[in-house]
Amino acid sequence: MKEVLARVIPQIAESDSKVVYLDADLMSCVGMDKWAGEHPDRAFNCGIAEANMIGIAAGLSAMGYKPIVHSFGVFASRRCFDQTFLSCGYAGNPIVIIGSDPGICAEYNGGTHMPLEDAALLREIPNSTVVEITDAAMLTSVLTQMKDRSGVNYIRVGRKMYAKVYSDDHKFEIGKAEVIKDGRDVAIVGTGIMVHEAMEAAKQLAEQNIDAAVIDLFTIKPVDNELLAKFARKTGCVVTAENHNKIGGVYSAVCESLAGICPVPIKGVAVENSFGEVGDRAYLRGRFGLTSDRIVQYAKDVIAIKVNGTCASAG
Amino acid sequence: MNINDKKRLEVFAARIRLETVKEFISLGFGHIGGSLSIADLLAVLYGKAMRIDPQHPQWPERDKLVVSKGHSGPAVYAALALKGYFPMDWLRTLNRGGTNLPSHCDRNKTPGIDATTGSLGQGASQAVGIALADKLSGYDNYIYLIVGDGELEEGQTWEAVMFSAAHELQNLIVFVDNNKKQLDGCIDEIQYQFDIPAKFAAFGFDTQFVQGHDVEQIYEAIENAKRVQDKPHAIILDTVKGKGVPEVEQTYANHSLILTEEQKENWLRLLTAAVESKEKEG
Repeated sequence: MKEVLARVIPQIAESDSKVVYLDADLMSCVGMDKWAGEHPDRAFNCGIAEANMIGIAAGLSAMGYKPIVHSFGVFASRRCFDQTFLSCGYAGNPIVIIGSDPGICAEYNGGTHMPLEDAALLREIPNSTVVEITDAAMLTSVLTQMKDRSGVNYIRVGRKMYAKVYSDDHKFEIGKAEVIKDGRDVAIVGTGIMVHEAMEAAKQLAEQNIDAAVIDLFTIKPVDNELLAKFARKTGCVVTAENHNKIGGVYSAVCESLAGICPVPIKGVAVENSFGEVGDRAYLRGRFGLTSDRIVQYAKDVIAIKVNGTCASAG
Repeated sequence: MNINDKKRLEVFAARIRLETVKEFISLGFGHIGGSLSIADLLAVLYGKAMRIDPQHPQWPERDKLVVSKGHSGPAVYAALALKGYFPMDWLRTLNRGGTNLPSHCDRNKTPGIDATTGSLGQGASQAVGIALADKLSGYDNYIYLIVGDGELEEGQTWEAVMFSAAHELQNLIVFVDNNKKQLDGCIDEIQYQFDIPAKFAAFGFDTQFVQGHDVEQIYEAIENAKRVQDKPHAIILDTVKGKGVPEVEQTYANHSLILTEEQKENWLRLLTAAVESKEKEG
């Protein structure tokens, strides 16, 4: 994914003279240092000062430039939240923020660097857009579209290569979820690295004669209410899967969407009330339960609730 | 500065004070201390220093002003109205529901306001971003930034200062309203006090310290700054919080005041007389 960022951001900048790239001493972590070095009038290293970087981006934006800023997800969200909220959101200065290494993708950098709440924070900003990237094809398509959007636009993306889900020329529409697999018994709604887990879970469920739909809700905000409602009606139950805290992320977004238009049983595979910690991705998947096995279990749970027509017991 | 300009700017400053206080009289309360302390600076900026066109507030190559101490908006609104950016009667709508003149500066609501501010520290970075943008665009304009001395406690200010020195933003002129007070009292009772000009100089700024209620000194400092290349500029203004209304100057906690009916009458009379007196001198 790092390679995609380092290829596509320069392409965007070279096609639009108003695009500028800002980073906070993590340019080389996404491979942008070479292009930045060659284009000192288009790329600015703001040093280890994220709040100032966002403010500078706001000033550039106010004068008609189109800033794309990057930092690790924790610094791109929590560290400068008030600056993003006020200097960009409230002040009407559009910005694209790339928060890299979401959730357990922070791996060896550990808990201090593990954003499990960035989508929740950015979703709170009025008129914001929050996208979580699933694979390289999506990153290319989304990045290209983002620069001309109003408001605060946040992209969650890991630096390491993700499993390929889409064909290279697949076109994505921000705000429209992708149906990866149709199904009639349960809808699994995933984002980011959990889309692949959702696909694995659907295979396991198929072996047990359960026909699961798999939906990639890559635009976490604005959420695709229409598609969610369609699949909630069709399947009667939903499981969400996200590499994020359960509060405020995909589970919340899906519940908020369906509660008013098509209430069905929903369970969420997510990090639950925990801080991050260090480890490789496999360890962290197990540690926080971000697995296809848990998706399968939750699918059976919500199907049981649907079939029995009763509320599940608490806990 | 010739004597006519000086007298004209002093009249303008007196009018800004009068109109600012009339806004607070109409509302009954407000951030009076820090509004009055920058009235002379605003008179110099809008009356002479800034390259602006009130009929075209979005003219790209205009000089821009970021008032990072956004709670001083009422003084800026007075200056803007007097310059014809919007009708004078808007000043009676300060802080009312649906107003174009909110307590803190808002670029989306008020013609002539270049940045949305109020969360201290954030205006500094925005001003630096604007200065960088206009430098990239090849404009020969200046970006003026007003920060409070209390506001310097926000670390973001110094992040912005470092960046602007690193990028040699010579089109950036920062004013520090050094009125020695913050909301809860005197700065030296709350936070460690440092030598503000020395600090800016240490961060690579061209730095001056002048009397902040002397329009001539302020203007000369701006002219001096423009002669210095390859560095951003800091002009520290020695000011008095509440300047122009002795009762406010002498009030310890004068950041925001609720006005009594008696004060409204007295201050209106005082500031009206101050304008008349300056006009007579002119």
